[in-house]
Amino acid sequence: MTSISAPDLQVEGRILPDGIGAGKQRELVTHQQIHGPLDLAVSSADVIAAVAAAGLTGRGGAGFPMARKLTAVAAGSEPVVVANGAEGEPASSKDRVLLSYAPHLVLDGLQLACRATGATRAYVYVHEGPLVALLESLVAARRTAGVDAVTATVVAAPARFVSGQESAVVSALNGGRALPLAVPPSVYVKGVGRAPTLVQNVETLAHLALIGRHGASWFRSVGTEREPGSMLCTLGGAVAAPGVVEVPIGTRLGDVLARAGGSPGPLSAVLVGGYHGTWLPAGQAMDLSLSVEGLGPVGASPGAGVVVALSAQACGLSETARAVTYLAEQSARQCGPCLNGLPAMARTLTQLAGRERSRGLPERVLELAALVEGRGACHHPDGTVRLVRSALSVFAAEVATHQAGVCTATDDRPVLPVHPWRAGGAS
Amino acid sequence: MTYTMSVDWIACDGRGLCAELLPERIAVDEWGFPLVGSEPMQADLLGHAQKAVAACPKLALRLTESAAG
Ligand SMILES: Cc1cc2nc3c(=O)[nH]c(=O)nc-3n(C[C@H](O)[C@H](O)[C@H](O)COP(=O)(O)O)c2cc1C
Ligand code: SF4
Repeated sequence: MTSISAPDLQVEGRILPDGIGAGKQRELVTHQQIHGPLDLAVSSADVIAAVAAAGLTGRGGAGFPMARKLTAVAAGSEPVVVANGAEGEPASSKDRVLLSYAPHLVLDGLQLACRATGATRAYVYVHEGPLVALLESLVAARRTAGVDAVTATVVAAPARFVSGQESAVVSALNGGRALPLAVPPSVYVKGVGRAPTLVQNVETLAHLALIGRHGASWFRSVGTEREPGSMLCTLGGAVAAPGVVEVPIGTRLGDVLARAGGSPGPLSAVLVGGYHGTWLPAGQAMDLSLSVEGLGPVGASPGAGVVVALSAQACGLSETARAVTYLAEQSARQCGPCLNGLPAMARTLTQLAGRERSRGLPERVLELAALVEGRGACHHPDGTVRLVRSALSVFAAEVATHQAGVCTATDDRPVLPVHPWRAGGAS
Repeated sequence: MTYTMSVDWIACDGRGLCAELLPERIAVDEWGFPLVGSEPMQADLLGHAQKAVAACPKLALRLTESAAG
């Protein structure tokens, strides 16, 4: 079997149970022993009702209630279901870990989603590299075992930031480039082969597979009343043991980071929600809970579960400048404001981080942010603006010192990864 | 019934014809791309707005009906 480089992994939970070695759950028999059988002879209404009662929301970043998408797509004719494992965000590895460690949960969830929507076509859209061959072999094994009602087609997603945006997913599955399409109509109305298309993050489908086995009240027994269940998080930066963990939604951020062994020294800030997310001052962040409800009041959200701790010795402005330079390069270059505005914002931030003493650099960054916001076919500009605005506010003191020609950081090693992960190497 | 303007950003190539035809409502940014705003179109400008929509060589400008209120 293709080897997947084993990311540092410390898990304890439902979809990534502790103590089960890498690769074991790739065997269908082992998977069935661990999780028990899945009954696919259920009605669409029953699946949708269970998902609604469970309160399952999307784990791909937007947190949309799954039951509403299932209902909308089920109403259309001959729908298509897609498991989205593109994971273009370089700071995230939770989908790769999920697909390497518990791929059959995702494939089970895909079958239930087909059941719920009446779909007879299903796709697994996965980050290019060894996971493609792995999933192909697993789909084939399930076919031989006769467990699936719908045989999924595995398609490679290009390793770019926007490849996993839902209209880019549909474009790629229609044989086009993995770039966002002009909206509307939404893919839920007209997607793959013009059919209504359900696009769900692979983790969302894994949770669905467990709801199918254990029911809604079991699902709700962890997490918060409004945001039930657990979520996978990728913890990085200044932590003892970076990696993927599974935590109940609503866990205090300090406790989430403790799962990665805590931080070796003082922190200045925490990036929550990835590169379309928000910097928060470390002091404030630790006591907030990782949920939409807990982070909303400070303008943040859990997104797809990326949490990066920034050491007090690192420069938050340089980190942001590097991330925004990457995001600008990752623009699909289809929309004027995104194509022009993101590189301009990246350049200005780089000047600021480089202590260039031109006047008005922070003001110019904010002006560019206002110019690109809401002016693209997808949310890439909006997400980038969110990151940038939070940086200027959380690192306001550093902005002032940089303009006076001083950077107080003592460690200039890069923290935020800016290359898409590449699966491969020894496992 | 009210109407709002929007831009298909993938189609738009920033020729600026719309801003010339409807300067009351459309400005251009520093790269030449239209700034249309989200406020409903005034009734007295509706005719001009429809002309601007029809004139866009890229069919990138849209006037969408939205229920009043
Ligand atoms: C630029 C961009 C990139 C995205 N990349 C991914 C991705 O890699 N994987 C993913 O599941 N969702 C991604 N999304 C979100 C998808 O558009 C979509 O909301 C999601 O797949 C829906 O699944 P969920 O409801 O289960 O979260 C991205 C969105 C944007 C704007
Ligand atoms: S907004 Fe940017 S990333 Fe999104 S489709 Fe347009 S050019 Fe591409």
